[in-house]
Amino acid sequence: MEQEARVRIERSAVIPADTINLRGRRRLGERLIETIVFICGAISIFTTTAIVIVLFQEAWLFFGSPEVDVTEFFGTTTWQPETGRFGIWPLMTSTLITSIIALLVAVPLGLGAAIYLSEYASPTARGYLKPILEVLAGVPTVVYGYFALTFVTPVILQGLLGKENVEIYNMLSAGMTMGIMILPLVASMSEDALSAVPRSLREGSYGLGATRFETSVRVVVPAALSGILASVIVAMSRAVGETMIVALAAGAGPRFTFNPLQAAETMTGHIARISGGDISYASIQYTSLFAIALVLFFMTLILNLLSGWVVRRFREVYE
Amino acid sequence: MTVAELSSINTTQTNGRYAVELQNTHIYYGSFRAVKDVSLQIERQKITAFIGPSGCGKSTVLRAINRMNDLIPGSRLEGRILFHGKNIYDPDVDPVEVRRRIGMVFQKPNPFPKSIYDNIMFGPRINGWRGTKAQADELVERALRGAAIWDEVKDKLHQPGTALSGGQQQRLCIARALAVQPEVILMDEPCSALDPISTLKIEELMLELRRNYTIIIVTHNMQQASRVSDYTAFFLMDADRAGQLIEYGPTEEIFTSPKDKRTEDYISGRFG
Repeated sequence: MEQEARVRIERSAVIPADTINLRGRRRLGERLIETIVFICGAISIFTTTAIVIVLFQEAWLFFGSPEVDVTEFFGTTTWQPETGRFGIWPLMTSTLITSIIALLVAVPLGLGAAIYLSEYASPTARGYLKPILEVLAGVPTVVYGYFALTFVTPVILQGLLGKENVEIYNMLSAGMTMGIMILPLVASMSEDALSAVPRSLREGSYGLGATRFETSVRVVVPAALSGILASVIVAMSRAVGETMIVALAAGAGPRFTFNPLQAAETMTGHIARISGGDISYASIQYTSLFAIALVLFFMTLILNLLSGWVVRRFREVYE
Repeated sequence: MTVAELSSINTTQTNGRYAVELQNTHIYYGSFRAVKDVSLQIERQKITAFIGPSGCGKSTVLRAINRMNDLIPGSRLEGRILFHGKNIYDPDVDPVEVRRRIGMVFQKPNPFPKSIYDNIMFGPRINGWRGTKAQADELVERALRGAAIWDEVKDKLHQPGTALSGGQQQRLCIARALAVQPEVILMDEPCSALDPISTLKIEELMLELRRNYTIIIVTHNMQQASRVSDYTAFFLMDADRAGQLIEYGPTEEIFTSPKDKRTEDYISGRFG
């Protein structure tokens, strides 16, 4: 039996040379798929490039116009397009203040939630909690905006600090609500980073008599630092770019203030409000929006580059 | 804790002949019985090797001795494991305290992503270290010397422990375990990820450590068991896939005149 089989194999190995054809067949399906995925990739790159080009073009018109000079733009603290005063600082500070408040809310809560999910929660609890957390990320931002305006400000802030101390539009309320909005992002990304820390490191720590808390804080979190920092930076750029919450709750007028209980319009809020109104396309007010957008673009670009650098700088490589 | 307090622990370990005693221990993962009815007594300041084919429960038994299995959801132990005459599975026992007295070295070197110095000081610090900087330096040096790695790392104590070679990392992990001054050190196949020269160094180190510590080692390497251990326990899976202790005795007897046929078959390489 075995011998027979072997004979057959040996025979079939002898194939006349002229029947072998190594020339490729035309695989049309393969070509088609390749073209389609290339077009998909190209469209997204093209769109991004086009947006940047438009931003630069319009901003160029703004900075080129006689009413504006660059030192005034970056060096003064009044933004009043009606009177021709274009100092970006009031918009920038309120953007930064609301974003920092958002981070102050989102980072401790998000990291805490991530540590709970990855180090403490039973698999069942995690199975329920993670989807719930992700629902929080799916709430439309306009809902958050009205939540800030109709609940956080009047009930929480004015309730705690007094009606006379808290303006109805204020940066604190918008920032806190934005913090709730980006919390799932921080929690989810940090949880991924913590879960990626190998079990062997945790065991090493427990084996030395560390408690769960000591293991989490002294071993797992430092080992996952790069991912955690990256989540913070991504959350920051999300907060800087967030529009609806700040447009609804932070205030509708540029104001140079560092008091979070006061109203002040952010960069995104300003762009949303002005472009929603009736301004003519040729006006300096219109092109000024592109200048703000360009600054915003560079802020998030720097944050993204920073996040890439942080990930590379602090990454621990495990097998 | 200070250096003096730490080193005093070791000298108080003279009561009784056995460091650890397992009495009718059964270990379960959920409803699966992984280890069935193991009873054995581990002598102080000796090296005891657990040998047996894969899946025979030897690592599970080892990890039960410092309650590492607690970290696996669904694991459960019946029977008793005595340490200083106290059942470490009694409800009033804190597993964290057990693990401070019974240290562990793992299969794959697992230094923390910290400096060599901080790796060593991790244990003392979480155990409430209150010594001075000079005392800490001394403790680090003693632990590293104890693990025979001081000369190789003394000039780079503040470099990350993860940058060392595999064998050095494993000795760093041993040093890290020594720094909390345990009485017993459990080693779960400590050389399986290492080259022969690093393995030899670890084996020499174990013989050195035997003077002050009780060592229990799980190994797949039968030559290693016969080279370093004083006692050998042979485990085997039974028909229900539960690990059982087949034979336990002085290493020389186990390797030259085993009483059980299965032990003889295993050590002569007929299976496993």
